[in-house]
Amino acid sequence: MSLRVKLSVFGVVLVASATGTAAFVVHTRQERERQVAAAPSVPVTDLTLVSQQARIIFRSTAIGDDYGRVAVVPLDDPDGARAFTPARCDRVYSRQGEAVCLYSKAGFVTTYRAEVLDGSWAVRRDLPLSGVPSRTRLSPGGDWVATTTFVAGHAYTSPGEFSTETLVTPLAGGDSLNLEDDFTLLIDGKRNNSQDRNLWGVTFTGDGDQFYATAASGDKTWLVRGSLKTRELVALREDAECPSLSPDGTRIAFKTRNGQAEGQWLIAVYDLATGRSTLLAEKRSVDDQIEWLDDDRVLYGMPRSGNGPSASDVWTVPADGSGSAALFIPDAWSPAVVR
Amino acid sequence: MAATVFLLGTVSLLTDVSSEMVAAVLPLYLTAELGLSLIAYGVVDGLYQGVSALVRIFGGYLNDRSNRPKWIAVAGYGVSAVSRIALIPAHGFAAITAVVTADRLGKGFRTAPRDALIADVSEPSVLGRAFGVHRMMDTVGAALGPLVAFGLLLLVPGDYNSVFVASFAFGIVGVAVLVLFVPDRRTAGGGPGLPLRRLFGELTSPRLRRPLLAVGVLGLLTVGDGFLYLSLQHRDDFAARWFPLMYVGTNLVYLLLAIPVGRLADRIGRARVFVGGHVALLAVYLVAAAPSGGLALTLLALGLLGAYYAATDGVLPALISPRVPAAARGSGIAAAQTVVVLARFAMSLAFAVLWQFMGPSAALYLAAVLLVAGIVVGARLLRGVDQAEPVEEAAS
Repeated sequence: MSLRVKLSVFGVVLVASATGTAAFVVHTRQERERQVAAAPSVPVTDLTLVSQQARIIFRSTAIGDDYGRVAVVPLDDPDGARAFTPARCDRVYSRQGEAVCLYSKAGFVTTYRAEVLDGSWAVRRDLPLSGVPSRTRLSPGGDWVATTTFVAGHAYTSPGEFSTETLVTPLAGGDSLNLEDDFTLLIDGKRNNSQDRNLWGVTFTGDGDQFYATAASGDKTWLVRGSLKTRELVALREDAECPSLSPDGTRIAFKTRNGQAEGQWLIAVYDLATGRSTLLAEKRSVDDQIEWLDDDRVLYGMPRSGNGPSASDVWTVPADGSGSAALFIPDAWSPAVVR
Repeated sequence: MAATVFLLGTVSLLTDVSSEMVAAVLPLYLTAELGLSLIAYGVVDGLYQGVSALVRIFGGYLNDRSNRPKWIAVAGYGVSAVSRIALIPAHGFAAITAVVTADRLGKGFRTAPRDALIADVSEPSVLGRAFGVHRMMDTVGAALGPLVAFGLLLLVPGDYNSVFVASFAFGIVGVAVLVLFVPDRRTAGGGPGLPLRRLFGELTSPRLRRPLLAVGVLGLLTVGDGFLYLSLQHRDDFAARWFPLMYVGTNLVYLLLAIPVGRLADRIGRARVFVGGHVALLAVYLVAAAPSGGLALTLLALGLLGAYYAATDGVLPALISPRVPAAARGSGIAAAQTVVVLARFAMSLAFAVLWQFMGPSAALYLAAVLLVAGIVVGARLLRGVDQAEPVEEAAS
């Protein structure tokens, strides 16, 4: 092949690649605009109005300009009109008067932020955060906030393993506690010092001291009870992840592998008094930290397969293993019940 | 400088734009878009880092065996390019894992034949500069990749498919440059493929034994940059907020220094510069271990880390390739790179334990002490390597 032929072939490849990519991007943009135009606009209501009653705060995933915004619906009309807040979060949690918002800022370098927001959704303080946002919870008394992120920096030190960073931070100000570094972990009464342990998914009790979380080491996970005072974590039950304490403080909802393949979880409820677990009626795999709707029902996010930006809904199922799962809030993720 | 070096640099630049585009958006894509859990992300990330080491030596061997470095490299670059477009239909965890594995296999596969080509077309006296030019262009691509990806995501927010399509386009153009313009040289002078036994003999010959040993010893004392970044982050607010920028800063220094340090290696000796790079690394340990930091010290550490990369990554093949006959060059270079990767991996596992039990600072001080010893040993092993006559080209 002469240089001239080669240059021509190269020119063709170059032009085809460039125009092909440009055409794809333009088409996607147009398709996106068409989808947004065609999408049934979600009914919207007034924020102050909804904020005066018992409500659910969540990340709205309805297609359109408000995708990713934090929205609010009344507890008694969850699939009715939603009110949008100014906040945009990947993961949100809220109690009366404050919220915590984890988000990623995609950019030349993607940075991750965690912010505590006040009742009017203004930023009250920044929290340290070093990886992909995963879970967050506020303590009922409003003293503590917990964040779990996936830390990429650790990851390649042990290929095939993942690493989380879970920080518990006093809301009034002060240094964060790191569950991996600052706490001792006891499994079957024995201290676990293994270097591959990970901790994630905190849920606080109302006493300002105790909390529950997930501990992992090797290929096992445990539900652990922790104390902020003694800095100790004690394993209660194996094969339990992302605990969530019921409003009455008697039970814990969690994800469990229950013998299934990696990446598949069922949800179950653990009774703290009897130590017994009950599988719930949801048959699909759930990968979320459960939220309690009330003492009898739980909420969780469920990705919805489809094209375009990730779609998800919030579902509900009875907490005693009876009944069946039902759609609760369409186009929603990361629910938090605020009374 | 041979035109082929710039051509291969261009191929690497385009391919690195392509692969870093994907790498930059992959964590967000997997977790935010596909809703995969943390565990899944960890597995994929581990694959991303680990797989390529395994096929490196195979790529090097195949290169010497077939004696067609260009086409082995084309296979490696091609597989990686095609894997990008496969990310669009791949939605489940298993599919993504397969695609990422294919991409990394391609990377491992192409490295040795490409470096063998660079060594083949370059005068032995300017090898350091040649590899410096190549690594500089390569790193420019790595720096541009995330820019292109996030530029696209500004145009079409949340549309990762556009990123994959554009990445595929960059990959294809890169392969086109390689196929159309890089000469199809027979590196072993047209002779028959190398029998495995002779190859093994070459790799364990005294000429190569000492350099490989030195490279292994120094690699064993190299703490992964993930740990260094974490340690800096622990004590510096700036570093905590701009954690991802540390990687960019290091790369920037690396690309600025790649050519000058390569030239320096040609002038004063590649072994000397290679060992000197580890002295820079030693300084990084000390800065990162120091109890208090500040912006200036953090920047100093990043600069030194970039200098370490400039003095080792491209200098290593420049150091090794004159020590191997052309017929075994791919395997020789691959062997040295594999030794480095495996040694660093072993150190990462060991260092993670030290980190856990001694804390970052003490662990780094210990690593620094060991590295001092390693530098002394490495320097002894590499003494005279630069002065030794290059291996005579085999007649046929």
